[in-house]
This record gives sequence, C-alpha cells and structure tokens, in this order.
Amino acid sequence: MQSSRHDFWAGLWGALPFCIVVAPYGMVFGVLAAESGLDIFTAVAFSMAVIAGAAQFTALSLLQDQAPVLIVIIIGLAVNLRMALYSATLATHLGAAPFWTRAFVAYAILDHSFALADQKFLNEPDMSLPRKLAFYFGATSLVAVIWIVGTGFGAWLGARIPDWLALDFAMPIAFIALVAPALRSLPHVVAGFTAATLSLLFASVPYGLGLIIAALIALVLGAEVERRLGAAS
Amino acid sequence: MSISTATLWLVIAGLAFGSWLLRFSFLGIIGKKDLPEWVKRHLRYTLVAVMPGIIAPLVFMPRATDGAFDLPRFLAALVTLLVGVWKGNLMLAIAAGGITLYSMLNFGF
Repeated sequence: MQSSRHDFWAGLWGALPFCIVVAPYGMVFGVLAAESGLDIFTAVAFSMAVIAGAAQFTALSLLQDQAPVLIVIIIGLAVNLRMALYSATLATHLGAAPFWTRAFVAYAILDHSFALADQKFLNEPDMSLPRKLAFYFGATSLVAVIWIVGTGFGAWLGARIPDWLALDFAMPIAFIALVAPALRSLPHVVAGFTAATLSLLFASVPYGLGLIIAALIALVLGAEVERRLGAAS
Repeated sequence: MSISTATLWLVIAGLAFGSWLLRFSFLGIIGKKDLPEWVKRHLRYTLVAVMPGIIAPLVFMPRATDGAFDLPRFLAALVTLLVGVWKGNLMLAIAAGGITLYSMLNFGF
C-alpha cells in the first residue's frame, strides 16, 4: 500500500507547472494593487484571505471605479460562483472527511487543484480517503503559497512585467494542457465544445455569469449524451 | 483617487468569507451522504464544462491585444490542445504551446 506522503508529493509534482504560471499572475495582481494604493501588507492579506485570481482582479477594478462596497462583494462572488460547482464535485470524493478538514479543503479550492484532484480521483476510484486528501493538499498548497508570495513580490516591485514575455498567455496554455486529457470520450468532448462555444456567445454577459450559464448547459448536455450512449449499448 | 482603508478591508472580509462559503457550500452540506447516481453523473462533467468556458474567451479575445483575434496566441492554444489530447501529457502540451507562441511572436507575423 502506498503512503499518503507519496500522494502528497505526487500532487505537488502535478501542480508544478501551475506554480510557474501562478507566480507572474500573482505578481500582476500585486502590481495593480500597489498602483491602486494598497500597501504590501494589505495586498498580501487580500490574496491570502480570498485566493481567487479572477475575483480579486474584478474587485480591484470596481474599487478603482468607486463602486459601493456591497456591489463589489456581490460581483466578486458572482465571478467565484464556479467554486460551488467544484465544491459539489469534490464532495463526491472527499465528503467523508471530518468537518475541519473539509473547511480547509474548501479554503484552498483553486481551478487547477480541483482539476488535478478530480481527474486523479475519477481515474483511481479505489484511493483511500487519507490518500485522496494528501494528493489534494499537495496539489493545492504550493500554488496557494506562490499566489500569496507573488502578490507581495509584485506589490513590492511595483513594476510591470515586460510585454514581450507574453505571460498573459501562460495561464490559458496551462489550463488547456490541464483539460485536454479529460476530453477522452464523446460526452466529454460535447460538454467541452459546448462550454467553449457558449462562453464566447455569452462573453458580453457581465460579471462572469456567462461562464456559469455556459457551464451548467454544458454539464447537463455531457451527462445526457453519456446516459443516451449508455442506454444505446 | 485612493480607496479608503475601511472600504478596502470590508471588501476583503466580505470576499474572503463569501468565497469560503461558496467553496464550502456542498462540501459542508453533503458531507458523507451519498449522492444519487444522476447527480454524480452530472458532476463528472464539471471540469470539462467550466474550464473550456474560462479558456475560450482568453484564446479568441486575448487581453494582451485588447480582445482582438491574435494568430500566434490562437495557434499556440491549438497546438497545446492537440498535443494534450494526443499525448495526454501536461508538461509536453505546455512545452509545445509555449514553443509555438514564442516562435510565432519572435520569428513571424
């Protein structure tokens, strides 16, 4: 039987590409935070408390526009709605964990750590709960730390990252590489294609709500195609 | 135009608690309970239903070009996707996409 320690390192290893991607992303947030007048301590506290890139960027730009506090919070949370879907999916894998463990699992849910863990647990359904938890925390811990440290570094540095590095595109490439191996059956391809197409159609729907609508339709379509294929065979 | 300290900390606190609540929601409520098969079937598609929706606008309307279609970025994304589906290897797909992006940006177009 493999040890949990082994699984922690496996998770950490799987997340390494995202460490490289998240460092500049966190720095960009730090730079923007500094430009908006946040000191390093506040910028780092922001990243540590919220750890959600898209929501933080959205909140910061709304704050700069002098939007009311409640509006900033509601819109920031709308951008984060997909986390509830991740939560439901992780509950099918890690739901048996004790309350406080689940509280920590929740704090550290990130796009990539969810994706790595979900694929791992679907491919290896016989993994024990301690092993699953070890893998999950391995996949999420270092990236979370790098997001926070990167924010501080960016706020301290205060200078923009040169454009020619094209680091804006590091995140999309890493996410594509992450999701590509999951497109392994017709229902998955249908769901993925639907989500991509609808998110483009709904791109003008404000506050990331287009993403949620697209995701819900894609998820139902994928499951329906799977059911019909299953019924047909 | 500066943001007041009180405003800032209210937003941080609200977003922090709200985000945690969203992340904890189903993990907290469902816990040990086993979900019906049809729910689990839907949740197996969460990943492929959310991620492409995040990615597609970034690929077709990149921030770096203020949303204008950009051939180097599109081709880099395409190469990453094809290598990822074909080889199923994350690092290989990232490397292929990165090489495509940098060679397109520096040696052509």
